[in-house]
Amino acid sequence: MNSAVGILGLAASALLVAAAVALSAWAGLGLGRSLVGASLRALIQLLALGLILGAIIAPGRSLAWSWAWVMVMIGFAGWTVHRRVPEVRGLGVLSALAFATAALATLGVLFGFGVFPVNGQTIVPLAGLMIGNSMTATVLVSRRVVAELRDKAPEIEARLALGQPSKAASAPYLREALRTALIPQIETTRAVGIIFLPGAMVGLLLAGVDPMDAVQVQIVVMYLVLGSVAMTTSIVGLGLMRRLFTPEHQLVHLPRKNDT
Amino acid sequence: MPPADRKVPVFSFDGVSVSFGETTVLRDLDLQIPGWGITVVVGPSGSGKSTLVRLCDRLIDPTSGVIRFRGTDLRSLDVLEVRRKIGLVFQRPAVFSGSTGDNLSISGCTDPARHREVLAAVGLDGEELLLREAAALSGGEAQRMCLARTLLVGPEVLVTDEPTASLDHRSARILEGLAKDAARSGTPVLWVTHDIAQMRRLADHCVVLAEGRVIATGSPQQVLDSPDPAVQAVLHIEDHDDQAASWPDPDSPAADQD
Repeated sequence: MNSAVGILGLAASALLVAAAVALSAWAGLGLGRSLVGASLRALIQLLALGLILGAIIAPGRSLAWSWAWVMVMIGFAGWTVHRRVPEVRGLGVLSALAFATAALATLGVLFGFGVFPVNGQTIVPLAGLMIGNSMTATVLVSRRVVAELRDKAPEIEARLALGQPSKAASAPYLREALRTALIPQIETTRAVGIIFLPGAMVGLLLAGVDPMDAVQVQIVVMYLVLGSVAMTTSIVGLGLMRRLFTPEHQLVHLPRKNDT
Repeated sequence: MPPADRKVPVFSFDGVSVSFGETTVLRDLDLQIPGWGITVVVGPSGSGKSTLVRLCDRLIDPTSGVIRFRGTDLRSLDVLEVRRKIGLVFQRPAVFSGSTGDNLSISGCTDPARHREVLAAVGLDGEELLLREAAALSGGEAQRMCLARTLLVGPEVLVTDEPTASLDHRSARILEGLAKDAARSGTPVLWVTHDIAQMRRLADHCVVLAEGRVIATGSPQQVLDSPDPAVQAVLHIEDHDDQAASWPDPDSPAADQD
């Protein structure tokens, strides 16, 4: 291993996991197995990712490999959203389409304006950041929309019964769900640099990059995440409305997660 | 309303069944709701009363069979237009955030003068209520506000799903009076209840539902005198339940809690 950390560094950091396990045992939390399991799983997953990325973004490798990896990430993210919100049929495909659209738009801006050079070392991490954050927000907004429409079904049906179209009847609830999903991202963007140093910047600083250069990269990354989260949650939110109402403006019955 | 319209059933159910997954809620229903007066549908919990109401407003569609509104297949009509013609009042009043005026504006009518007029029609003081937070209305006031909101849309027929089930006795009687007024002025009313005493007070026509089937139709007296043991069982059980029920504290917001 040629990294700055090295195997010894990795082993030393594992001592911190051992300390956490010891603390758990001392306090009788019963989390020892979970801590060890999660740490080992992360180690294996990240080492595998390192190997795969090393092969994909190696100098001279065709960019098609990088784009193919982005497609894999989009597909996996869509599947994850489907798994987390199984009540809504077709949500995985809808989410994957939203991630692809947001990827096209955000990476199109970054590469189109020459903010970053187009190569495997930029395509894969930027797409990963964008898709990862968008996936988390999409799960949040989908769960929130489903919960709102299920819990507020009597209110929504009262609106429908007055002759409101489904779009108007559901608008207040969709708005609330989108706000819930976007506010954490906005708060994070607002607090950056004061309350915490984001991961990308920490990585660059540890790698010895000039702080001002690291800051510029971080700003671009934050705007990328903010834009893609807003885009994907809006697409998925609006798409959800089409799936949760029939063309005859009837609210689709939503089974509880345990019923599915 | 022209007298000729009275002869056309307001709703006709022709072989209507409704299933949710494995559960059949209504079975092969053949039923006509007359185009005048108050038709009261009675039946125990789970007999399919609420499903019947939801079908009328196309909040759901039948699994099989045809429902006609004044002789025309409901599915061939514009659903939003139909819903404005069929005024629905739910068991629990749907009160939204904001003032009473805001709640009434959801009907599409934002004219305060019209709001006051329709509140007066349901026995509420519009001047005082319009600016009040709707969440602070008592159960009876909230249900009457919901009826007023429905009336603002200008419905041709009223369909109510146990609108007094969670109200105090006085509020229930006020709502019953409003239904009678509507019927007298030519608006047919479909009133769903499990309260046999209420059926006696209100009904021009009766329908008895049990386990998703119509087991009796006719005038209140015909239904009450039915020799069918199944009908008598429903009437006896429901009447007994009604007598055993105690009324909650009138005008308390908590009074509309089940």
